[in-house]
Amino acid sequence: MTQQNSFLGFVHRRRRGAELFLLILALFVGIGAYAAVGLGVEGEVPADIIGYGGWLAALTIACHVVVRLTAPYADPVLLPVVAALNGLGLAVIHRLDLADGTTFARQQLVWMTIGVSLFALTLIFLRDHRVLQRFTYTSGLAAIVLLLMPMLPFIGVQKNGARIWINLGPVGMQPGEVAKVLLVVAFAGYLVLHRDALALAGRRLVFVDLPRGRDLGPILMMWLLSLCILVFQRDLGSSLLFFGIFLTMLYVATERPGWLVVGASMFLAGAFLGYKAFSHVQVRVDAWLHPFDDFYGSGNQIGESLFGMAWGGLLGRGFGQGSPSRIPFAESDFIMGAIGEELGLTGVMAVIVLYGLIVERGLRAALVCRDAFGKLMACGLACVLALQVFVVIGGVTRLIPLTGLTTPFLSYGGSSLVANWVIIALLLRISDQARRPVPDLSQDSDETSDAETTQVVSLR
Amino acid sequence: MSELTLFLIRFAYLAILWIFVLSAISVIRTDMFGARLPAGANRQANGRAPKAPKAPPRRRGSPTHVAVVEGSNAGERADLAQAPILIGRGPDAAIRLDDDYVSTRHARIAASGEQWFVEDLGSTNGTYVGSARITQPTTLALGTQVRIGKTVLELRK
Repeated sequence: MTQQNSFLGFVHRRRRGAELFLLILALFVGIGAYAAVGLGVEGEVPADIIGYGGWLAALTIACHVVVRLTAPYADPVLLPVVAALNGLGLAVIHRLDLADGTTFARQQLVWMTIGVSLFALTLIFLRDHRVLQRFTYTSGLAAIVLLLMPMLPFIGVQKNGARIWINLGPVGMQPGEVAKVLLVVAFAGYLVLHRDALALAGRRLVFVDLPRGRDLGPILMMWLLSLCILVFQRDLGSSLLFFGIFLTMLYVATERPGWLVVGASMFLAGAFLGYKAFSHVQVRVDAWLHPFDDFYGSGNQIGESLFGMAWGGLLGRGFGQGSPSRIPFAESDFIMGAIGEELGLTGVMAVIVLYGLIVERGLRAALVCRDAFGKLMACGLACVLALQVFVVIGGVTRLIPLTGLTTPFLSYGGSSLVANWVIIALLLRISDQARRPVPDLSQDSDETSDAETTQVVSLR
Repeated sequence: MSELTLFLIRFAYLAILWIFVLSAISVIRTDMFGARLPAGANRQANGRAPKAPKAPPRRRGSPTHVAVVEGSNAGERADLAQAPILIGRGPDAAIRLDDDYVSTRHARIAASGEQWFVEDLGSTNGTYVGSARITQPTTLALGTQVRIGKTVLELRK
């Protein structure tokens, strides 16, 4: 075994022990937050902490066992970080429940269970991420269908001004959250095949290489799709997210800054048109620029969140000592505001660093990965999380206009939580393949590895 | 609940959060050095004499060195005892070739048990065994010709 490893010159260690150690710490983060919430709000450790903590621990250990069995070389940091964020989110939602008399935390725990089981199923049944390349266009089509579903008359539901929900009997879901995973797969498969045409053709203008007109097709299509989401579903966040993913993956695949210039100017044009044409965009921008002008109206959410974060200060008020339930939708969109109030800047920084670690590990998997499809997919998935975190936390802290996206793993929202667990499963699968010491060079990977080499100089 | 207890709880929780963050970062830090030669790692870990684990009885008829048979460096050789052997134009290569068609770190010859393998290290112009360009580690027998750029190498007794 070691002989075979030495054959490649180096090995990545499995690091499953380190993962277990971090997972136990992550459980301390999750269950500790739950206990601190009980102590802060009710003055005693909650009675159901054994059951709650046991369930959380069982889910976490189940994840660990699945990873140990199916992806032994996978990245050791991703899973614990996600478990910690999820546990912290549950505790914060529970704290808001105690203030509002709702039961979101219980539902969120159910969603987490579903998410973890899908995570396990993904790792068990998807033994090689390159299989997904076969479903490039299928998943693209499925994503578009899912994105259109909320617009259908009977199953589509409009909630809080955005038409992004569908109603499937007792449960509602946001198909856009599933669509983002499928879109990453579709983009990765498409760009692997077509990146040469997108990368090489074009002319140079001043300092940037601009792409050819005829290659603008896919980017135009994505732009139109994003605009459609903005116009018909009134969802700024998703429209920004989808276009952002596509643009980043295009840039990564082609290494041409020209695409960024083209895409950014198209995005700015679209955003400006949207601002001029639609009242809901104007409301968001006004609430961003002047949140206190209409404090009891459109600026209420962001204003309360700003007050909360200011009151939280450096160390926060402590769980149960703030009043984050003043913020409307604090458990979903504005969970970072609640964390900022009760855990302070120190806690918010820790959360942001944790997100940074997830993204870094995703990009690391992309760097180490041997096939182009896996590289692009890992990069795209890491980008999904990065963009989402940037857009949400930027909105909450009033860096950019507020858009309605969920904070990954923290905020209440079933579809988002489940989709993000699947994203982590895919990242673990890619990193497992990438870090595995002996490459499994099967026939279908030969195409991509040949495409990666530079030109062959013919001998003699 | 007294003010002090609440303060301690708040402080303890932030400490737990940051301990978790810092240990995650330290795992990432040690993971960076996970990429290393396992033979060297074993040696360091065991603290034993380097030759103790590595004394397979050398059978008669097994190759002892790699020789350059064709090209500008013809006649050069490298002992297989120092396996894995790196071939390329770079200064760290065991067989350093002055051949414009050879990459800095072009290929590697290493053993797995009794068997010798050649592996391409992502070179520009590829490594050929016979007339076929190799895409994965390929077994080498005595006298199998490995072509790298304009150079031909083979295993010899």
